[in-house]
This record gives sequence, structure tokens and C-alpha cells, in this order.
Amino acid sequence: MILKSFLAASAMALLASTAHAGDVRIMWYSDGVEGEVFQDLINRFKAQNPGINVIVDNVAYNVIKEQLPVQLEAGNGPDIARVTSIKDLAKHWLDLRPLVANAAYWDENFGQQADWMRPDGSNQISGFMTQLTLTGGFANKTLFEQAGVPLPGPKATWEEWAAASKKVAASQQIPYPMALDRSGHRISAPNISYGANYIGADGKPAALDQGAKAYLTKFIDWAKDGTMSKDVWVSAAGQTYRAAADDFINGQVAFYYAGSWQIPNFAKKIGNNFDWVATGSPCGPAACTGLPGGAALVAVKYTKNPKEVAKVMDYLASEPVIKEFSERTLFLPAHKAVLAKGVDFKTDSPLVKDALNKFVEATKTTSDMAQKMPGWRWSDTVYGAIVTRVAQAIAGEMPTQEALTRIDADVAAKVKASGL
Amino acid sequence: MSQSQPATRPLAPAPKMSAASLALMPVHFIMGLADKPLRALQKAAGIGGMATFFLAPNMLIFSIFVLLPIIINIVYSLTGGTAIFLNERTFVGTDQYAHIFNCSNYLDPRSCQEDAFWTAVGNTFWFVVIQVTLLIVCSLITALILNRDLMARSFWRAVFFFPVLLSPVVVGLIWRWILQRQGLLNYILYPFGHDPVTWLSDRTVAFAAAVGVSIWAHMGFYTLILLAGLQAIPKDLYEAAEMDGTRAMRVFRRITLPLLMPNLLVVVVLALIKAVQVFDEVYVLTGGGPGTATQFLTQYIYETGFVSQPRNAGLAAAASILMGLVLVVLTLIQLGISKRNENKGKR
Repeated sequence: MILKSFLAASAMALLASTAHAGDVRIMWYSDGVEGEVFQDLINRFKAQNPGINVIVDNVAYNVIKEQLPVQLEAGNGPDIARVTSIKDLAKHWLDLRPLVANAAYWDENFGQQADWMRPDGSNQISGFMTQLTLTGGFANKTLFEQAGVPLPGPKATWEEWAAASKKVAASQQIPYPMALDRSGHRISAPNISYGANYIGADGKPAALDQGAKAYLTKFIDWAKDGTMSKDVWVSAAGQTYRAAADDFINGQVAFYYAGSWQIPNFAKKIGNNFDWVATGSPCGPAACTGLPGGAALVAVKYTKNPKEVAKVMDYLASEPVIKEFSERTLFLPAHKAVLAKGVDFKTDSPLVKDALNKFVEATKTTSDMAQKMPGWRWSDTVYGAIVTRVAQAIAGEMPTQEALTRIDADVAAKVKASGL
Repeated sequence: MSQSQPATRPLAPAPKMSAASLALMPVHFIMGLADKPLRALQKAAGIGGMATFFLAPNMLIFSIFVLLPIIINIVYSLTGGTAIFLNERTFVGTDQYAHIFNCSNYLDPRSCQEDAFWTAVGNTFWFVVIQVTLLIVCSLITALILNRDLMARSFWRAVFFFPVLLSPVVVGLIWRWILQRQGLLNYILYPFGHDPVTWLSDRTVAFAAAVGVSIWAHMGFYTLILLAGLQAIPKDLYEAAEMDGTRAMRVFRRITLPLLMPNLLVVVVLALIKAVQVFDEVYVLTGGGPGTATQFLTQYIYETGFVSQPRNAGLAAAASILMGLVLVVLTLIQLGISKRNENKGKR
């Protein structure tokens, strides 16, 4: 009798800790205001569908980067997640094709990025991009004007931007002329503009070529001589991501290379403190490209409630919801029809509208190599090795040449250790 | 009329039940219930068997939460690949260890294939040597001062113990805000003509900050242990020394230090173990940078197993086994010291 009672109590406890029928748990991170907009949209869905209990877990970006992959490997995790490592984790995504109301609608409107988030060779519908991003530069227009230095033109090279920014920094007594996020993704855009090709003939990582070496060498030299802010690069070890956005927001750098996702952040935090402009990506010898990317909302295949998950995804991917989400968050949408009909971004700031238009314009000069990166399985591996070794070279732990050699060795060791 | 009455004892007043007895009633009741089965068990199993019976629950918990993870970790260190379940991982034997030990000169991390591991080992070694030495000296000096008849002595004791109560993340954040470019230290120095600098981007300053912050955060705990040891030293020894006119330094060397030695040894070993495991507050403070100047073993293991792309759980497990061996040696030293102190006490 006691044993039966104990077993019954244990079963109840177990049930309480697992998902109930109708529960859909979403793991979500925010860069800016999108969490509030998303919750608003979800509340509307819940009012229309009382049988489906959608729970939004707002987490830090590091949880998505570091903890979610471990949960997924163990066959756990949320039902839906907002992620940036979309290709790397593709084996964990649920195929929504047989579950969504109209698969043709998904193919038509999200087909262009579908390969970024599904296993190679499949036609799976895993989810959709909540935003398309493109790396690019921002200049503190007020500082340039105060220094009497004209803003470099649309085809200006990295060297021209460095020269102009140095004049501004000297005139305006700011710590650094330029800053670039501590991120392998960010630094890969100028690498590609300098002619880098990361992808080998067999689809696996190739050794760093002259293009990559040329920009990385220049970048390390700039960080050492104070042209580029070294603070953000030496503020951590290993592959840790660090943004230099706060330095730009505080008027501490003249030129900052990040990407379109920073626009809402700048709109909110800079306000009227100074004028800023999006500049597109400076040119190298091979291209003037930014690196595309973004965040995707994907369904996880370990869900206990796939039908409910598909219903939530259908709602979030619907045209009016995508349009509203993009307009309120100031994110570039990935929905073909929404893009074709135009987006009326909800902002009174001409700076923000100009910046968004600049990034839309910049998508036209994105190189083929840059387009391939988001869907390439090994991109994060290469990005991680670059960040680790470049930071060590900037900190003076090893010469540039050794850092470049070790990037190749690290990537080769990781490919070998993965057993793939 | 006299009537002979049988001699009877006067009735004793009913005993009053205290609140404690009332509270213990359920315990007595349960003990009463367990009494018979336990006696029967003792009869069957003997005294030795009863010890096993009482230790079994604890050993079971220890096995599940300590022993089993250690065994799993050892097995992981013999496997490769990116899968998380053991049955999906490839057996690679001692390849992970061979990868770690593939060095032409162990004193030069850059000559090693896994240079990040050996850099972390070197950083941890120097951190342990410097931090533990300074920590013991600071704790001892503080304990000696707090043992004197100070004004508001309890207040000062609380002040030195307060950082121990803080979360390591809070400790790291507080000091990062002090040492960053737009931090408190630059704000204080600016009026004196000092241009703002990012203190933590300098390798030496960052390492010194890691040591200093760690001492600040943990000193209170060790001070408390030493203070307890100081208060256990009989006062009459000091009185006799005073009557003999012994100098203060000699009193410290001949009375305080020898009698404080058992506590001091415990503090040294505990501080050593804690220093080898250093991670949280330094990770928040410097992130392991600049470069790898403050990347210690635990952070290396964390980065290898959970952050790097693709994650290498096998290599992280091998590194943690090696770190575990160091901790086992330190623990054995502590046990040896405790045993020697016990034997001295018996003599």
C-alpha cells in the first residue's frame, strides 16, 4: 500500500514537471525592444486560441549560444526557439512541412533562406527568419562635422575610413577612431571584401587565403596602433562575443562596424545626443560586402505538442504578423510578400529611416561568398578560431603570423575532433 | 474512634510536560515503532551490519551524485565526437590525453598542440602561488588586528566578513565597474591629471586585479578561522611572556605561530584547493582576457566543453580529470596534516 502511494506520488510529480498537452514553450532572446512586441503578438494569439498555452521564456543571448545546444543534444529544450546558429543545429529542428496549414505559402515567402536552417539535401520547413541582418558600419556624423572631416563616400575603402576616423579622433579627443565587435562573424565581412574564401572544394573549411590574411594582419596592426579599439577584443578570452555598441552610443568612437540589428538600439539609446548614419560596408580590393545573417524562429523536434507548435508557427509567420513585427521592431523582414509590398517602419526619426534604407540598399552589393556563409555548417567553427587567435595577437601573446597559422591548425583540429 | 488504615504512599503530583517533551513526542513515537524491527535487524546482521545499514542511504546518494559522475567523466575522456550521449560517441582511447600532452616543451605553452590548456595550467599555477601566499598573510594580519581590544570590534569583524556573503558574480561586476574605462577608479584619478585607461586591458594589471579581487572576496572566511585559533590560545602564556619582558615579535614567533599552526595549515590547504578551482568572479571580471592572461583551468574546461564550436566534451573531460588529480593530491595533503595533528594531540 505504502509502495503504491509512493509510486502514485512520484508519477504525479513527474507529470507536473513535464509539458502539458497544449503547452508551447518558446525560448526567446532580445537585442532591443522585440521581446515586448513578440509578447504582445503572443498574447493576441492566446486570446484567439484559449486551448493553447504559449509560454515565452525570455533569456540572455548567451543561454541561446551556450545552453540551448547542450539541451538539444540531450533531446530536451523548448518547443520553439529563436536562434542564430541555425545551420549548425539543423538536425534538431522539427520538419513543419506536414504540419503547417499551407506549405506552399512557406516555400513562397521564406524559401530563399530555407536552406540556412535545414539539414543539407532536405526540403524541410524548420521555421522562418524573424529578421534579416547585414553587417555594416555606422559613423558618428556629429563628430565628423565638428572635426570638419567629410564623411567618406559610398565606395570608400577600409583604409579611407581609417584615415578619416583618425583625423576625427585626433580632433575630438576620443579614445579610439574605430571599433569592430569581438565576433568572427563581424570580422569576416571585411575579410571577404579583401577576397577571403573560407569554403574548401570538399565543403569543409579551407586554409586562410591571402585575402583573409591581408585584412586580419591589417586589423591586428590597427588594434595595436590605436586606430581600432582593442578594449573590446582583449576584454575576454576564447570565443566569447562582445559588442562595442556602448562605445559608439557613448560617443567614444567615430566609426563602428556592427550591423542592421543595432538600429533600434541606437534609436532608443542615442536619441538626440548626436547624429549618426549608416555607411554600408567599406570596400576592400575584392568587394564592398556586408555579411548577411539574422535570427530564426525554429520548431524543435523534441516537442511533445507538434500540432500546437505548427499552429503557433503558422500564426507568427502570417503576413500581417510579420509586417507588424518588422514595423514595430525596425527589423528587416525576410518575408517575400511583405518586402514586395513595402514596410512602414514605425519611427519618427529620419536617422533611423535613412539607416534602414541604407542597409536595404547594401543588400544589393552582398557578394556570393558572403551569401553562402549563413548556410555553411562550419562557419561558427571558423569564426571561433579567428576570434580566439586574433584577440591573442592583439593582446601581444603571439606574433600575427603565428596567430594566422594557429587559426588553420585550430580549425583542422576541430573538424577532426568532431568526427564529421 | 481510631481506625487503623493501611500505610499508603501519598500520590505524587502529575509531572508537568515541558514544551520540549511535547515537541519530541512524535519522535519518541516513531522511534518506538522502529525499535522492534531495528532490534530484529541487529540480531540478524550484527553490530557491523547495522553500521552498513545506517551508512547505506548516504553512500547511495554519494554514489549517484559524486562517484557516478566521476566514472562518466572518465569514460567521456576516452571518447570523441560532438554527440552528448555516450552510446553515440566514438571510443578514442587515450587520444584526448595524447592531444593534451603533445608538447615539445611543457614550459612553453606555444610549443604544445593544445596551447590553451598549458597556458591555463601556467596561469593557474602562478595564481595559486601568489594568491594563496598573499591571502594567508592578509588573513593572518587581519585576524591578529581583530583579536585585539579594538573599538567596535564586532563591527570591524563584520566588515571584513561581508564580501564572503556576496555572490561571486556580484563581486566580479562591482570590480569591473570600478576598473573599466568609465569606471570609478578613472573618475577618482582624472582630477589628478590621469587620462582614463582601461585597466583590465593590460595583462599585468588584469592578473593583479584577478588576484586582488579574489583575496578581497575570500579573506573574511580565512580570517574567521584564524581568529578562532587565536582565541583558543591560553591567555596565561601571553601573561607569562609579558612578565618575562619578551619582545612582541618573539611572542609571535614562539607562542602565537606554533599554537596557531593547526588552523594555519587547514587554511593553507583550503585556500589552495579553492585557488585551483578559481573561475566565477574572475570570469565575470576579465572574461579570461586580455588574450589569455587570466584564463584559468576551470574556464578552459568550460570553454572547451560548452562554448567552443564544435563543443569538445571529450577534451574537456580529460582536462577535468587532470585537474581532479591535482585536487586529490591537495586533499591527501590535508588529510595527512589532519592526521598528524590528531596524533600530536594524543601524545
